[in-house]
Amino acid sequence: MGERHALAEGLRAYGLIAGMWVRSSMTYRTSFVVTVFGNLVVTALDFVAILLMFSQVDSLGGWSLPEVAFLYGLSATAFGIADLVLGSMDVLGGRIRDGSFDTLLVRPAPVLAQVGADHFALRRLGRITQGAVVLGYALVSVDVDWSAPKVLLVPVMVVSGAAIFSALFVAGAAFQIFAQDAAEVQNAFTYGGTTLLQYPPTVFGKDLVRGVTFMLPLAFVNWVSAAYVLGRPYPIGLPSWAAFMSPLVAAACCALAGLAWRAGLRSYRSTGS
Amino acid sequence: MDDTFIELDGVEKVFDVRKKTGFLKRERRQVRAVDSISFTVARGEMVGYIGPNGAGKSTTIKMLTGILTPSGGRLRVAGIDPSRERTRLAHRIGVVFGQRTTLWWDLPLIDSYKLMHRMYRIPDARYRENLDRLVELLDLGVLLDVPVRQLSLGQRMRGDIAAALLHDPEVLYLDEPTIGLDVISKAKVREFLRELNTERGTTVLLTTHDLQDIEQLCSRVMVIDHGRLMYDGPLVGLHEVGESERTLVVDLERELPPIEAAPARVVKVEGPRQWLAFPAAESAAVLVARIAAEYPLVDLSVREPDIEAVIAKMYAEQAEKAANAGNAGKAIS
Repeated sequence: MGERHALAEGLRAYGLIAGMWVRSSMTYRTSFVVTVFGNLVVTALDFVAILLMFSQVDSLGGWSLPEVAFLYGLSATAFGIADLVLGSMDVLGGRIRDGSFDTLLVRPAPVLAQVGADHFALRRLGRITQGAVVLGYALVSVDVDWSAPKVLLVPVMVVSGAAIFSALFVAGAAFQIFAQDAAEVQNAFTYGGTTLLQYPPTVFGKDLVRGVTFMLPLAFVNWVSAAYVLGRPYPIGLPSWAAFMSPLVAAACCALAGLAWRAGLRSYRSTGS
Repeated sequence: MDDTFIELDGVEKVFDVRKKTGFLKRERRQVRAVDSISFTVARGEMVGYIGPNGAGKSTTIKMLTGILTPSGGRLRVAGIDPSRERTRLAHRIGVVFGQRTTLWWDLPLIDSYKLMHRMYRIPDARYRENLDRLVELLDLGVLLDVPVRQLSLGQRMRGDIAAALLHDPEVLYLDEPTIGLDVISKAKVREFLRELNTERGTTVLLTTHDLQDIEQLCSRVMVIDHGRLMYDGPLVGLHEVGESERTLVVDLERELPPIEAAPARVVKVEGPRQWLAFPAAESAAVLVARIAAEYPLVDLSVREPDIEAVIAKMYAEQAEKAANAGNAGKAIS
């Protein structure tokens, strides 16, 4: 069984299972509508907080409102995509504790696809919508001399960012297999990470910025490339071509997350619970 | 042709257990959940796998299904090494976890079957045929459109069994299939399993706490305790090995001296009620007939020995034998 075949199998299984979850959520129609609405309001309030801040100050760490909105929109959209696709991986710890993880292992489908599609919820589209709206606002109001590379960089950032966050979700899930109850650790990096990236790097301490650039390469979700697009200095003295490194960083993250997942699964299969 | 279907040779499973022994201090200990087990199961056999909680039953099933990787020994199911080719094996086995449903809670029962149809890529004609047959045998017709959350425990168990069989597995593993079911549901499940085994030749391996499951279904029983295979053979033999006894409780018309009916012996008298112990391998009917002929019998009931008691006895005997052998060795030297 080749890697490509496994990928196709995984996507197929993902689609089948996600479809079942969507149908399940539709059986409680009112609840579904309410949570979609609630999700939209809550994520919207998130940006309102930034708007409120700008009603008092003219710039945040030297960045204007449209520029911060640009960061926010990129991070929220990228995170929203990853959250929609793999956001339920934090239920994995529960599945391992109650033993229902075993039932996934006897199915003829890749486990990662089954876990990723677990509790798939369309209500998460709310976050993507909100992120895209803010990003749209930023793109029309930000003061940038749009060149071809800059235009191209916007979708590249969204896709790479989504891949980086997805890798974090998968790595977090692998960690949950070892630790069994680490959903909160994972959330600190994923949800915490996106909140961090919604503010300009200049408002944070140098060490933190260095950490999210080199350790968890979250800076490559938006900070580095956005700095290039907006013509601002890079967070820490990176060379100018670093702005175009996001896809490579994302690919490396996914590869590492894949290895971590395999190791996690192997450890489960040799220790059990 | 060799019809060995499941093959275990010296299979072991060792877990590392970390125990907190103080602030930040941890002690590592190795636990042998399965300790060098060897057996084979032929195609079409129906085997009961019993033992007390924590004996290693589930660990064995998990290794057979590829959920866990053995720490040692050789294990093959249908010629496949389960932990290495888990996905390939999945098409050939069916698994029912007694206390965990794999059905979709909020969706009609039929939706779970449609998912199996697509996930296992069951050809349409075969799916339809299997579904029709399972629905008829397991009496699921009126339940197909009912959301799983509204099914009773017995209905859900039947639904789970059907889900595990849609892809025509060659072997069916059942973990406590009758736990918590009422008498009628138990009977239905057992009747179905018997038919599945005789009509379609499906190999069945079931773990249970209920001796009646074994009595009514399995020609062969394996007892595991502390990770070791204590017994492998027919159920009758288990009673002989464990020297287990059944209890006959009789209510007489009035208080009478203890009943005499060898090989049964009275173990307790309480007014007109008497408790008689007799070897489990003996027929209760013969005994009852004899007592009824000689005594004014009002009511009676038979109590089966429980598995835990039989195993405890067996275990004690083995320990004693080992001790004796040790002593004998000393005497010689």
